Amino acid sequence: MKSLILTTGARLLIALFLVFSLYVLLRGHNAPGGGFIGGLIAACGFAIHAFASGVAEARRALHVDPRTIGTLGLACALIAGLMALPLGAEPFAGIWGEIADYKISSVLLFDIGVYLAVVGGILTLIFALEETL
Amino acid sequence: MTAPTMSKDAGERPGFASLIPALLAAALFAALSCAVPPVLGGTPLRWSYDWIPSLGIGLVFAIDGLSLIFSLLISGIGALVMLYARSYMAGHPHFARFFWFLTAFMLSMLGLVLAADLIAIFVFWELTSITSYLLIGFGHDKAEARRSALQAMLVTAAGGLALLAGFVLMGTASGSYDLTQILAGEGLQGHALYMPILVLVLLGAFTKSAQFPFHFWLPNAMSAPTPVSAYLHSATMVKAGVYLLARLHPALGDTAAWTGTLTAAGLVTAVIASIFALRQTDLKQALAYTTLMALGTITLFLAGSSPYALTAAISFLIVHSLYKAALFLVVGAIDHGTGTRDVALLGGLRRVMPVTALAAALAGASMAGLPPMIGWIGKELLYAGSATLAPSVLVMVGVLAANALMFAVAGMVALRPFWGPEGKPPHEPHEAGWQMLAGPLVLGLLGLIFGLGAGLVQPFVDAAVTGSLGQPRAAGLHLWAGINLPFFLSLATFALGTLIYLARERLRGGISATLDRLPGFDPGWDKLLDGFRAFAGWQARIIQTGRLTQYLAATFVVLALTLGGTLIVTRPVLVPDTSAPLLVWVIAGFTVAGAALALNPHSRIANIGGIGTVGIGVALIFIIFGAPDVATTQLMVETLSAVLFGIAMLRLPGIIERRTGAQQMRHAVIAGAVGLCMTLTVLAIVSHPLDRHITAYFEESSYALAHGLNIVNVILVDFRAFDTFGELTVVFLASIGAYAVLKRRAGRARK
Repeated sequence: MKSLILTTGARLLIALFLVFSLYVLLRGHNAPGGGFIGGLIAACGFAIHAFASGVAEARRALHVDPRTIGTLGLACALIAGLMALPLGAEPFAGIWGEIADYKISSVLLFDIGVYLAVVGGILTLIFALEETL
Repeated sequence: MTAPTMSKDAGERPGFASLIPALLAAALFAALSCAVPPVLGGTPLRWSYDWIPSLGIGLVFAIDGLSLIFSLLISGIGALVMLYARSYMAGHPHFARFFWFLTAFMLSMLGLVLAADLIAIFVFWELTSITSYLLIGFGHDKAEARRSALQAMLVTAAGGLALLAGFVLMGTASGSYDLTQILAGEGLQGHALYMPILVLVLLGAFTKSAQFPFHFWLPNAMSAPTPVSAYLHSATMVKAGVYLLARLHPALGDTAAWTGTLTAAGLVTAVIASIFALRQTDLKQALAYTTLMALGTITLFLAGSSPYALTAAISFLIVHSLYKAALFLVVGAIDHGTGTRDVALLGGLRRVMPVTALAAALAGASMAGLPPMIGWIGKELLYAGSATLAPSVLVMVGVLAANALMFAVAGMVALRPFWGPEGKPPHEPHEAGWQMLAGPLVLGLLGLIFGLGAGLVQPFVDAAVTGSLGQPRAAGLHLWAGINLPFFLSLATFALGTLIYLARERLRGGISATLDRLPGFDPGWDKLLDGFRAFAGWQARIIQTGRLTQYLAATFVVLALTLGGTLIVTRPVLVPDTSAPLLVWVIAGFTVAGAALALNPHSRIANIGGIGTVGIGVALIFIIFGAPDVATTQLMVETLSAVLFGIAMLRLPGIIERRTGAQQMRHAVIAGAVGLCMTLTVLAIVSHPLDRHITAYFEESSYALAHGLNIVNVILVDFRAFDTFGELTVVFLASIGAYAVLKRRAGRARK
């Protein structure tokens, strides 16, 4: 099912989805959003791309295997959780610091981990389904 | 297990690495020896670590007299057996694996006898079951070895479960899992839970120490390589049960139930095992049954609570460990040197294997209870102790019979292969190497040294009997205790034993003929397992039909029954609140329309669309009630699931209705019931005012503690980050699992 309109539209949409997903991820701490929603949005973008132009094209656009992305996400979340240990806090407690007046925390890394794990997990499933069924 | 032949190990000499387990055991022995002066001086050593403080469980290790004897035997005999195995197992394809298993077993066993916390004891107890399973089933290419390993595992692990229950009850009854506290307390004999505790603990101990009627696994376990038999079935694994009985004697012993059960089990085991032992022609099997006999005897004497009985139990335990390990190692050497363990084929080996013959003679003399070996002292003490047990005449006769039979078996194992006319072994006999001679020789000589210098053993027995078993004093170990009843009984033992030895051929025939007519335990075990398998197959065929519709029906019937049952029992007050703005009613109507569309029986796309509509309706309701986060998530999830359903379902063939009308009705009733119960449950929930104290906590602390204003997200990534991490792992692993299944299917389809 190739449709020129869908293919062209999807290329624009995927960029929009990705930018929006990052925006949602970053604003999540104080406003509606967060890594989980962001990850779902990004996954939706690639799912549409896969529908419009085929999985091979979507995989090329993604550059990295979704399984790697998911693993990376889990690793990020784990690192963020264990960061507290050397500082003497309980595991998975948030660690906050400040660089040039910008507050930065292990919580953000954790949220990025959530984002990546969701993207990786869902795309692994969708791509595999599309390819094999 | 056939011993590896010489031609095989000539090429590959074991490297230095294989010496490490023996060195480790020797180092442990040395380290434990450092504990000898303080422990014998009356101060037990203790080391503890808070393991699970919230449950009052610690990883506590303590060395007192009893632990010291056991741990020295385990590490000392362990070192000798490892050295022996280095030569015995040379050239075996799984040489390294063997040492890993054996070392793991040794450490578990040491942990067991040193642990001073009930839960820690249980953990090590199970570890010994698992590692011995690996060792018994070491020759896993043989069905017999696999069967024996499984049998040992099932019997001892079942006992282990009973033991765990017993330990939990003990912890409840005494208020602590710490053994030192339990033993220092009043004892549990008067507690209301005493009987259940006793039954459960005895189940654990009897299965492990192969007491009648759980004795059948031990002889089968002889399918393990000989060093394993020497180690597991002399000094260690089977003694774990006896150790436990001795350990808990102060807390559980000295009641009619304890004495009666232990006396009966011990006596029956000892006598039955002696008779079985005489029937065997395989040296290793004969030794296995005498191990049973020894375990029975120790159990029998632990039934008592007099200094004499307990001293006899502890001394005989030491005696038995020394000579039994030595004799097993000797049998291994004979097997290795001649290629057979059949008594009928062996004879005159003393000329070719003089050192083995010497070790066998020393160990055999100790087993037969000849002076001046420590076996003689052990036997005297058994007779002296049996006078304090009730019914003393019966016990004495039983012990006499068992000792006499053991005397005969000692002759069969230690004398017969080395003396007499030349046998006809499968290959030319040769003497074993030094590594295989060191073990039996050292252990045999120790039997002699400890016999002549009984004063060397006395302090250990004293520490165990007075310190660990709470007796005012221990009986003395004397080579010459004067002309008394035990002395005459010893003479009677020798006379009777000699008679049995001389008449063994005729007896063997008689015993075999009688036993063959009786129902055996081993076939009974097979029947039990077969029955269990048949039951498992029967219930699996009923429950696991492999039809998705039936699984779903079962799930939803259970759901409806649980919810419905709860509703009927609790009878909640339902206050439906119908005052909603028009917009909500419109969305609700839209959602219900979606649900109706999902019921369309002819079109999959209609089903998917209907479910999607319901989801989006719910998302809209979330938006109206001020939960944008949840709404967005819901929307995204709905979109993605529509996509996933689309991919999967639209490739299926068209819907063809195969259900009968009655089935359709049944499914409709189930669906209706689930829907009704669910609706009522939700109504019941919203009829109550919501408990808002958790909400209030998060509202207050979200910014104060976690510097975030979006409560939902702060909960996800900070307050409950660990949960989220778990969920992420699950989501991702589920995808990977689905990926693997899909790809494998695709691969198979391509083929």
